[in-house]
Amino acid sequence: MNQWKNFSKGLIAENAIFVQVLGMCPTLGTTTSAYNGLGMGLATTFVLVMSNIVVSLVRNYIPDKVRIPSFIVIIASFVTVVELTMQAYLPALFEELGLFIPLIVVNCLVLGRAEAFASKNTVWSSTLDGLGMGLGFTLALFMLGSVREILGSGSWFGLKFIQGDGMLLFVLAPGAFLALAYLIAIMNKFNRKNA
Amino acid sequence: MAKKESTLLSMFLALFLVTLISATILGFVYEFTKDAIAASRAAKQTEALKKVLPPFNNNPVQEMYKKAVDGDTLYFFPAREDSALVGIAVNTFSPKGFSGMIRIMVGFLPDGTIKDVAVLEHKETPGLGEKMVRNKSNWSVQFQGKNPKTYRLAVKKDGGDVDAITASTISSRAFCDALERAYKYLTEGGAK
Repeated sequence: MNQWKNFSKGLIAENAIFVQVLGMCPTLGTTTSAYNGLGMGLATTFVLVMSNIVVSLVRNYIPDKVRIPSFIVIIASFVTVVELTMQAYLPALFEELGLFIPLIVVNCLVLGRAEAFASKNTVWSSTLDGLGMGLGFTLALFMLGSVREILGSGSWFGLKFIQGDGMLLFVLAPGAFLALAYLIAIMNKFNRKNA
Repeated sequence: MAKKESTLLSMFLALFLVTLISATILGFVYEFTKDAIAASRAAKQTEALKKVLPPFNNNPVQEMYKKAVDGDTLYFFPAREDSALVGIAVNTFSPKGFSGMIRIMVGFLPDGTIKDVAVLEHKETPGLGEKMVRNKSNWSVQFQGKNPKTYRLAVKKDGGDVDAITASTISSRAFCDALERAYKYLTEGGAK
């Protein structure tokens, strides 16, 4: 597989949210606004790229039976790095995302890529794979956050363009499911010829 | 692909090294970010104090005293200008929020009048209960200049004087609950 494909497959063809439907908890929980979706996506991308790099570096030294615990420790370490850094330098964003940052550890997308890709491929391929998957995830969260913020609050990136409230349903939890379902339907329409 | 054999020793070593290295790195990151985290927390508190208190020239954080009530702690910050008390800010809380704990900084003038309020911490619903935060809506402006002696800190639905946030009665109740708690223990403490 050529390197460009390692990167690009995560964006659309194997998009973590729209196609693989992985990591739903942060997806539905944090995407109340475009800014939050973007922040969460980038934090996850960082963890994904770093853990992919490290896992592919150590893949030949970790005994098979303890690989999952090792991967989890590696992922959790990077998540903590993100958490501390964000708390120190982006306190406002950290407050918004709050609980969901530590929860990146259990995002099945991250462990999924470590196990399915990074533990079997070279460092360079794994880096690109992590970057592609992460950006695809970010893109999806950003789109979902934008839709929910525009419909739900009548604003985008905090800039209000209507008076009063939007359709509040979209900011609340059920709106996340609705918006996600419609986005997936639209993506399927374009991706699959027979849909 | 060359996989290492899983013997007891190799598994033990691998896990030991992975955790050791991770812990070491995290230790360094913690040390590195510790000061910045403390600074950003302190900055937030100072900013809230400045917002809810009249002008002062002492350091209210230094004179802070605590009171443990209702399973949590209230923090009192006396503000003085040239040693005359000009107000007391209370870091108060309510466990009754729609999604858990709410912490609010509320500034009282010496006669008990509310100068202003600032939300420190909350987990309320974005777009609804979140409106208690000043940069989301002007809802909390209604508390300015009200004295809880005559102003009943409860939403109108409960027979009080406070206009609740539309569709967020629970969050509004919790907000009132926090202010009420601050006022109750402030007057009880006889600090003013």
